[in-house]
Amino acid sequence: MSASDHPVDHDVHSHGDTHGHGTMRSYVVGFLLSAVLTAIPFWLVMTGALQPGATAALVIGLAIAQILVHTVCFLHVNTSSEGGWTLVAYVFTGVIVFITIAGSVWIMYHLNTNMMPGMPTGQVSGTP
Amino acid sequence: MTIEHIAKIIFGRLTLESFPIHEPILLGTFAVVALGGLGVVGAITKFKLWGWLWREWFTTVDHKKIGIMYIILGTIMLLRGFADALMMRAQQAIAFGNEGYLPAHHFDQVFTAHGTIMIFFVAIPLVSGIINFVMPLQIGARDVAFPYLNSLSFWLTAAGAALVMASLFIGEFSTAGWLNYVPVSNLQNSPGVGPDYYLWALQIAGVGTSLSAINMVTTIIKMRAPGMTMMKMPVFCWTALCSQVLAVAIFPILTAAFAMLMLDRYLGFNFFTNDLGGNPMMYWNLVWIWGHPEVYVLILPVFGIYSEVTSTFTGKRLFGYSSMVYATVVITILSYLVWLHHFFTMGSGASVNSFFGIATMVISIPTGAKIFNWLFTMYRGSIRFDLPMMWVVAFMLTFVVGGMTGVLLAVPPADFVLHNSLFLVAHFHNVIIGGVVFGLFAGIEYWFPKAFGFKLNEFWGKVHFWGWVIGYWVAWTPIYIVGLMGTTRRMRYLEDPTLQPYFVIAAIGAVIILIGIIGFLIGFVVSIRDREKLKVGNDPWDGRTLEWSTTSPPPAYNFAFTPVVHDLDAWYDMKCRGYERPSGGFKPIHMPRNTGAGVILSGLAAVLGFAMIWYMWWLAALAFLGLLVVAIGHTFNYDRDYYIPAEEVERIEAGHRPPPPPEPRPDHGPALEPAGAK
Repeated sequence: MSASDHPVDHDVHSHGDTHGHGTMRSYVVGFLLSAVLTAIPFWLVMTGALQPGATAALVIGLAIAQILVHTVCFLHVNTSSEGGWTLVAYVFTGVIVFITIAGSVWIMYHLNTNMMPGMPTGQVSGTP
Repeated sequence: MTIEHIAKIIFGRLTLESFPIHEPILLGTFAVVALGGLGVVGAITKFKLWGWLWREWFTTVDHKKIGIMYIILGTIMLLRGFADALMMRAQQAIAFGNEGYLPAHHFDQVFTAHGTIMIFFVAIPLVSGIINFVMPLQIGARDVAFPYLNSLSFWLTAAGAALVMASLFIGEFSTAGWLNYVPVSNLQNSPGVGPDYYLWALQIAGVGTSLSAINMVTTIIKMRAPGMTMMKMPVFCWTALCSQVLAVAIFPILTAAFAMLMLDRYLGFNFFTNDLGGNPMMYWNLVWIWGHPEVYVLILPVFGIYSEVTSTFTGKRLFGYSSMVYATVVITILSYLVWLHHFFTMGSGASVNSFFGIATMVISIPTGAKIFNWLFTMYRGSIRFDLPMMWVVAFMLTFVVGGMTGVLLAVPPADFVLHNSLFLVAHFHNVIIGGVVFGLFAGIEYWFPKAFGFKLNEFWGKVHFWGWVIGYWVAWTPIYIVGLMGTTRRMRYLEDPTLQPYFVIAAIGAVIILIGIIGFLIGFVVSIRDREKLKVGNDPWDGRTLEWSTTSPPPAYNFAFTPVVHDLDAWYDMKCRGYERPSGGFKPIHMPRNTGAGVILSGLAAVLGFAMIWYMWWLAALAFLGLLVVAIGHTFNYDRDYYIPAEEVERIEAGHRPPPPPEPRPDHGPALEPAGAK
């Protein structure tokens, strides 16, 4: 039985599907950017062109850039899709993940410093 | 191969010793439960109700029936959890200078089961049930976004509850507290099945809760009636949205923490042990990242219930709607920033403790704003003190005290004195009973006529009300006092005989609460018996939101025509414009079809859990395979929907016309005349 058999109120069931399915252009741009953003870290690591610290920082930075490229070009998160809800959900998730990870690391660092056996009983207080 | 070997392969750890035949208390309980269960099964068989139950209830995907089943589940589990509470109060009242009547191992299981059941299988199902029933009606939808998923979520929760109940008679439950703390729940400290029961029950129920939360969020965002913008949505829907968004975000953390503990216990990992780099503190950290927002998952929808009830029974638009919405959103975010206050004493430095202490105090500001909004709504309103409104007043008087002791506990130096004391226990019972439980009762009292078409009996409602309110204060005031004096929690017996009077008074308070619970149950029975006499119209309370615009009980499709919303209090607005129920021009209505897949999958999940708990690997493998087969098989079921023909819609709608005459309300204008919102 298909919906077209019946004169039903389609507006109730269409659920306002405004989800973007992307264009050829967005996929090509996404692919090229991803390839470049992957190639640079490989090149940095394999040639050792920079100091190790700088290399690590750059690799992390490029990785975050690539996450954003995937989000925009492949997952079609932008201000208009689903009336902005995908963007809200994405930002919210980012905030929650950040709070969870940063908070846990901060807390566990303190616990590790203060509570290891055999340590003097002074505590970290000037640390961030 | 000996008999023992074969038995071990078939039954795993399960032996005859696993059944508590040597414990008279459990044996007596078992006899009562078994007789009661046999009675129920016998009655259902005698009246040939199995087919009806299966078709109309077990396989239903109707959000209203699922909501009602959630509330029935929560009520049954409330009885179990409260029985545990009575056992603890009795033990602590008599155990001075002697050891009381409960052995230590049993007492530890009782307090663990009490907390676990009350949060996971009472509060969560009751909150889910009310959201399930009310929210789609309030937004003018015909069902939730994923009706089958809704059925699956409910039955997974029920499967978790069944496992917890099974632990009472087969084996034992965890002794590690309601969050199953390591290191007590580590394998070397708890080699028995207790923590495994806990973990499997909560993992299965947790999947249900997460799926339900996803469903509710999607429903609110995608299925509001035309014209209902976010800022025209009833406050209850806003609070439900924020609560369920929180649930979606936090339950994966709990699931991950439990999964790591399972790996520790089953496969010899060392996430939370003290060996090989494991860290028990990380478990506390993770469960409380879930645990504190969970408090708000429970209380936010209940704040929504208070808002709806206050506005309806004062006959006024809610004071400060937008501030209420912003307060809810602020609480949603802030609730993520306070979890460390559950373990201030664990050794964090001053900077960490100050940050989380201050964040905890800040979160009381939006909560306080809500209290003032309710007070200002009541100010100069024509307040009708029906039972839902009485619960609201009791809530405000009780909850504010709990809020203040909470701010006191948020001060880290004070917390170092009060951590793990009975003061803390009294605090969270104050906010959970005085906040969540009172609100759930207000909601049940308020929406019962919508669900069934008749009101609850007023006399027994008042017994219920006064039993709980007086009982709460008698039970917990002495606990606050002994807690402030330094008595620690989870004690099986105390040495100091001067404390005994406090615990005796607390036990009396628990008995008064028991009277309240009995009143609650008798109220249902009496109301069902007198349902003809208690029959009411579609809008018995002079409501303001869309659920009151349809019939009581609502038809399967909720609304024959999707309502169009112009104002915040949509139904009040429609009444002011002289709305009439449409009597013609009906169209066929597209509806989801019932399915048994949710029940079957949940049954298999319960078997999987049981088999894993007892190391019956063959049964676990079979159950897991069964889960896969049924889940995949269900995707090939294309017969998912049907149409209610226009003639039948017309017949159903006509059955409810003309509407019964409005309730006589001497102190209040006729239902269609604007009474407030000046």
